[in-house]
Formats: sequence, C-alpha cells, structure tokens
Amino acid sequence: MMNIRFKSTKSRYILNAAAVLALYGVLYAMIENGILNRYAAGLLMTAGYNIILAVSLNLAAGFLGQLPLGHAGFMSVGAYASALFTLGLEMDGAVEFPLALIIGGLVAAVFGVLIGLPALRLSGDYLAIITLGFGEIIRVVILNLSFTGGAFGLQGMKRYSNFTNIFIFAVITLFVISTLIKSRHGRAILAIREDEIAAEASGIPTTYYKTFAFAVSAFFAGVAGGLYAHHLCILDPSTFGFMKSVEILVMVVLGGMGSLIGSVVAAFGLTLLPELLREFAQYRIIVYSLLLVLVMIFKPSGLFGRYDFSLGKTVDDLFIKLRAPNKKGGA
Amino acid sequence: MTLLSQIINGIQIGSIYALVALGYSMVYGIVKLINFAHGEIIMVGAYCAWYLIARLNMPAWIAVFFAILLCVILGVTIEIVAYKPLRNSARISLLITAIGISLLLQNLAQLLFKADPRMFANLFPGSKPFLGLQLTNATLVTIAVSVVLMAALSLMVSKTKIGKAMRAVSEDKAIAELMGINVNTTISFTFAIGSALAAIAAVLYCCSYSQIEPTMGSMLGLKAFVAAVLGGIGIIPGAVLGGFLIGVFESLTKGFISSNLADAVVFGILIVVLLIKPTGIFGKNRREKV
Amino acid sequence: MREPVLNVNNLGIRFGGLQALDDFNIHVNNNEIVGLIGPNGAGKTTVFNLLTNVYAPSRGSINIEGVNTMGSRTHGVTKAGMSRTFQNIRLFKNLSVIDNVKIALHNGIRYSFLESVFRLPSYWKQEKKATEKAMELLSRFDLDRHADSIASGLPYGAQRRLEIVRALATDPKILLLDEPAAGMNPSETAELMANIRKIRDDFHVAIILIEHDMSLVMGICERILVLNYGLIIASGTPEQIKNDPAVIEAYLGQQRGE
Repeated sequence: MMNIRFKSTKSRYILNAAAVLALYGVLYAMIENGILNRYAAGLLMTAGYNIILAVSLNLAAGFLGQLPLGHAGFMSVGAYASALFTLGLEMDGAVEFPLALIIGGLVAAVFGVLIGLPALRLSGDYLAIITLGFGEIIRVVILNLSFTGGAFGLQGMKRYSNFTNIFIFAVITLFVISTLIKSRHGRAILAIREDEIAAEASGIPTTYYKTFAFAVSAFFAGVAGGLYAHHLCILDPSTFGFMKSVEILVMVVLGGMGSLIGSVVAAFGLTLLPELLREFAQYRIIVYSLLLVLVMIFKPSGLFGRYDFSLGKTVDDLFIKLRAPNKKGGA
Repeated sequence: MTLLSQIINGIQIGSIYALVALGYSMVYGIVKLINFAHGEIIMVGAYCAWYLIARLNMPAWIAVFFAILLCVILGVTIEIVAYKPLRNSARISLLITAIGISLLLQNLAQLLFKADPRMFANLFPGSKPFLGLQLTNATLVTIAVSVVLMAALSLMVSKTKIGKAMRAVSEDKAIAELMGINVNTTISFTFAIGSALAAIAAVLYCCSYSQIEPTMGSMLGLKAFVAAVLGGIGIIPGAVLGGFLIGVFESLTKGFISSNLADAVVFGILIVVLLIKPTGIFGKNRREKV
Repeated sequence: MREPVLNVNNLGIRFGGLQALDDFNIHVNNNEIVGLIGPNGAGKTTVFNLLTNVYAPSRGSINIEGVNTMGSRTHGVTKAGMSRTFQNIRLFKNLSVIDNVKIALHNGIRYSFLESVFRLPSYWKQEKKATEKAMELLSRFDLDRHADSIASGLPYGAQRRLEIVRALATDPKILLLDEPAAGMNPSETAELMANIRKIRDDFHVAIILIEHDMSLVMGICERILVLNYGLIIASGTPEQIKNDPAVIEAYLGQQRGE
C-alpha cells in the first residue's frame, strides 16, 4: 500500500500542474475571445483574491483552530503597503508589482506576528475579540494617518492586476498552504488544533507554530490586499472593516473549516452569487448572516467538512473502478 | 473644571457600559459565550422606544416598558433558537452563530428603518447645578438608575433562589441539574435579565446622545464587552467597575487627546489587560484540568 | 549500568489555599520502573503535571540527565527526554493514527519550511524516514494495520497503546505512564504488564507509573512511592509497601475498635 503511493507522487504533481495549466488556458482563452466579457472577467478576478483571502484565513481558522476576526485588517495593511510602494517608485510594472505584492505580504506578516504574539497567549473567544480589536485599531489608525490619505484613501495606483497574475497568486497560495499542511510544520499546526497540551507534550513548541501559522495567514491576506489595491486602483479605509472580515469568515465556514477545496468553492460561489442576485443586493448581508447561523446549527462542518480534494486520488480511484467494475469495496 | 466635567461624562457613559457589560458578563458566566448579539439588543430597544414615542405618540413610560418587554422576548428567543441547539458543540460554532445573529439583526434594522440616523427626544430635559457645573438631568437619571439597578441585581444574585440557581449553573451545569435546578429556565432567565438591562441602557443612552441608527449597538456592545473583560468576565462587581473605568478613560481621551482615537484607546486597554491579567481585575485563575 | 536519569528535589505546588503537593523527592535510575500510588486525589497526576511543566511548580528542582528543566515549557521538557501519557487519553482525535505518531517525531525530523514548500529532496528523504520510523513503532504495538484510520475510531485499548507509541516517538529517556491499565480487563492488563517490561528493555527508558491496579504495580515495579494528601508517606520495594502500616491506613482508613 505504501509503495504505490510513493511511486505515484511525482505523477500526481504532473497531473495537478497539467490540470491547473488547462484551467488557466481555458479561462484565458474565454476572456481573450470575449466569451467572458469584461464584467465577467472582473468578477473572476474578484473571486481570485477572495479565494486567496479565504484559503489564508482557513489556515488560522480551520487548521490552527483559532477564530481570528481581523483578517480584513491584514488585507488592508498589505493593500496600503503595496500601493504606497508602487506609488512611491517609478519602475517597470513587471519588476515593481511582484515586489509590491511581496512587500504587502511581508508587512502584513509582520503585523500578524505583532498581533499574534500577544493574542495567541489567549485562546478561543478572547483571541477572537482581541483580533477584532486589532482589526479596528488598524482601521482607525489608517484613517488618521496622513500618508495613507486618511478618510480619502489612496488612489492613482496603476492597474497592474490582471487575470493572469491573480490566477498565479491564487495557485501559489493554494500550493504553499496545501504543501505546508502536509509537512512537519503543518502537522504541528493540526496537533495544536486537536489538543494543545498533548501537542506540547509531544514536543511541539506551540507558541512558535501558532505565531507562524498566523504570520503565513496574514502574509497571503496582505498579498490579496496588494492585488485588490492594483485592481480597483482606489483604497477606501472603510472597506476593510469588521464586515469584510466576517465576509471572509463566511466563505471559510460555509466551505468547511479545514477544507481548502471548500474555501475555494465557497469563495468562488459567494463572489458570483450576489452578482447573480443583483436586484436583491440589499439582502446580501442578511443572507450572509442567515447562512452563517443556519450552517452552524445544521451543518457545522460546512459543505466539505475537512475533506480535501486530490486530483491524483480521484483519477486513481476512477481507474481502479474502471479496471475492476465488479469488485466493489474490495480491500 | 473641564477635568471634572469629563470625569462626570465618563461616569455617565460608564454606567451605561456597566449595565450592558452586566448582560455580557452574566451570559458569559453561564454559557461561556461572548454574546455578540447583545449589542444589537440595545439597538432594538432603542428603535422600539423611539418608534412608540415618536411615531405612535405613546407616553414614555409605556414605551420604555414595551421596549424592555420586546428585548426580553428577543433575547430569550435568540438563546432558544440559535444558541441552545449548539450548547454541546464546539465553542467556535457558538461564537460564529452569535456573530451571525448580530449581523442579521443589524441588517434587518437597516432594511426596516433605513441606515440614516433618527432623532430620539430626551426624556429628561433640563439641568441642575452641581459643584459649579451644570449637569443635565439625563446624566443624573442615568447614574442614579444604573446604580439602583446594579445594587438590585447583586442582591438578587446573592440572596434569591433564582440567583443561587444562576450561580450553580455557571459553576457546573450537570451538577446543578442533578440538584434539581432547571438549567434551561435558569439560562433563559439570565438572558432575560441581561436583555432587560440592555433595553434600559438603550433608553438612557438615547436620552443623552439623541441619535439612533442600526449600527449603534455594535460599538457600544464591544466597549461594554471590553468593560466586562477588564473587570473580570462573569463577575458582577467586575462588570460595574470595568464599565465605569472604560467610560472615564474614553471620556478623558476624547476630551484631552483626540476623539478620533477614543475607540482605539478602548481596544488598546483591552489588549493591555488581556496581556497582563487575562482574567481581569477581579478574576481568579482557573487552570485546565489535565 | 544504573545511572540516575531523573533527580527531583523538594517539588511542591499550591492551588489557592490547598497545598496539592509538598516536598516531593524522587530519583530514578536508567531502566528502572517506579510505581506511584495513592488514594484518589493524593496528587499523583499533579506530580506528572509538575514534572512536565503543564503546571508550573511553586518550588523545587527537576533535573533530567543533568539538564535543569525547571521553568522550561512542556515541549522543552519533552525535548530534554521526558514524555508522558494522559489519564484521560489525549490523542489528536481527528488525525490519522500514523500522523499522531509523526507529530511526536517532530523534533527528530529536520527540514525547513522552504525545503518543504519546494518539496526538495531533503523533504522526501526525511518524510520517508519518519513514515518508516512511525510504522515500525506502530507495528511493535500491533497498530500498523490501523495506520491510516482516524485515531478516535480506534478501540479503547488501542487508543491507550497509541498514546504510549506517541510518547515513545519523542525518543524519551523517562516515560511517564498515567494509569495505563485504566478500563482494561485482567487479560489486557496482563498483556500491558508484559508490554511495559518490553518497552523498558527495548527502548532503554526509565518508567514512572501511576496505577490503581495493585497486581500490575506490585508485579512490575522495582520501587514504589506512596502519596497521600500531597505528601510521600512511604517508599520502598513492593514487599515493604505491602506491609507498611501507614500505607494500609491511607487506603483502608484508621482501624477502630467497633
């Protein structure tokens, strides 16, 4: 059993890479040929950075098992940092933009550590409330600083974000977080979620890994912020309030805390759904909040639970079924 | 003089925070939940009183009575419909549900009453001289009512049968049940008391600040929660002391530093408290049994 | 060769007004099996919690092979060579059996975050080694066929064994077992007894054992400490303990003329 797995690992990577390229090719062709109009392409891009936000929050919420309520704060820090970077420099976009995103991510990660170190000494509800507090403080501070443009926000960023780079960063986020989960670092994070005392007793430095997970989570939120800033080309501090944090949380909870595919599907769906129901725009948040309550009461594990999709495994299973159609569930 | 008037302002808003904080604190003590929807109960109380007085021209005392009644029904209903089914599931689920309820109420109010603020007529106009200051009657009434209610609540919790039941349930639900206490009724009663206090706090708040809007409850609620944590969550005198302290801090920040930063200062206090003594001023350490 | 691996002096803690443990001394040699017994609430598990720093002791000193672990965090104590099981089984319930063990191999695996993200050869090599090590440990305890099951789905006895495997995976010099026989029937207990001796011989660890099952304790412990109300009231060989009047009184109460 173990042998088959080791053999197919490499082929699975190739399979996944091919599938990602194919998906990109199809979507790109559809945009280029006008099958998806500008509006639809814009939605796809919004879905892209929402996926990054949801997947990164899932690391802290689903895998680490904490409830951070200030994810929008990290996003705003990344957005402002990368926007100020590109506004302040006159470089070629191909150099400037990736750098700006990484800087946005790093600044957000630094904030993640600064907030995580004190907040993670507490657990559960206290952590939720303290991250909420920090999120609000970040917002108030951005609102009152002069170099962030105060209440007017920032504008004049170049429209660097496009379908291709948002797609690339969404794939990178998914790749990094899914590989992280399947490593000793990821197992340490999962162990903390399961039982902190047992994790410590097994030799896991829990504070270190909590802070680490928080920083990685914040990093990608910052990158998403950078993509957002160079997509809308205008930053308004009021968009990064508690509501935005909750919106991301709804995606994670609906998809399933601890399921990456769940976050992707939920982020995608919850980006498109309100647009399909534009006439009911005013009910959007009502629907969101109802969803949150109903999911918690009737299916607290979300749509996907902790299930994680593996293309390789699905294909393998399919082959096995095709080869031996009569032997169902054989050991 | 300005210092004194800022402190009195602080005590006034602080006593409102204290009333709200009591609701958070009692509910947390008994079901270990930060009831995010508590802030929205305040908002509902305010809109109810406003609607009955301004639209239906009811006498103020009847309006206040109905506001309290509505809040009690709402608070108890939320507990039974949304929290009770989750009593044995993960704490995180309960917390997310509470956030959901809070947003739901806020946005329903937005839909019903529109986002723009409404004016609430002060029920206690006029002012009186005090130590060389002119204090509004609303300030005096707020402080007096709060102090009386808090004293009554402490008496109830320490002396009456239902108060003892509340303390027993917050210690250990299973044992309380074995001792013949009806746990569900006790929890409902706790939500009812908390919601009634929130409704009274809402009316007192509106008399001084005159504006009501659908989002008014969230910041007020959060600050009251900070007050509860500062004093030691689950502890009644803690909520009261925390409320007054937060009120005074906020008022002094507004008066002498910057009114824009007042909210940030309140959260700053929360963070400092949680780092130095997470159990709050009156809190006792509890360790996880291993 | 018998060499001291654990030296504990004057360990104590107060919970509020209660002196839960006072003046606790223990010296354990390499490859020794020591029993820790006493009535309910005597402070036995508290000893384990203090040794592993789950609770911070109010005073005393703890020394593992010359390394002072007073004030180290729990993971530091584990790294220094002391690992434990829990009275009320604390597995990583929703994770697979093999992952439960691989988590405890954490400090034995050495690759960085970047090495794992880019899936460099070092990642594959070390993961393979960890998987093999985990499978080997599991097979010794007859758990290898459950490797991919979820831990919470294991039968009770297997969960207890898995906790021991997890503790052994940290490569300890001292193993603390908190009521390993709790809830087991006599034949399972007998099997466990054989297993504990085997663990000591195969892994060269010293074992401190909290247990209520007297046949188990008397059967395998070379030395026994008896706790009552947070104090050591007796220590010695199983024979000495059996006949110690203080111990009999602690367990049966003072005998009075009826």
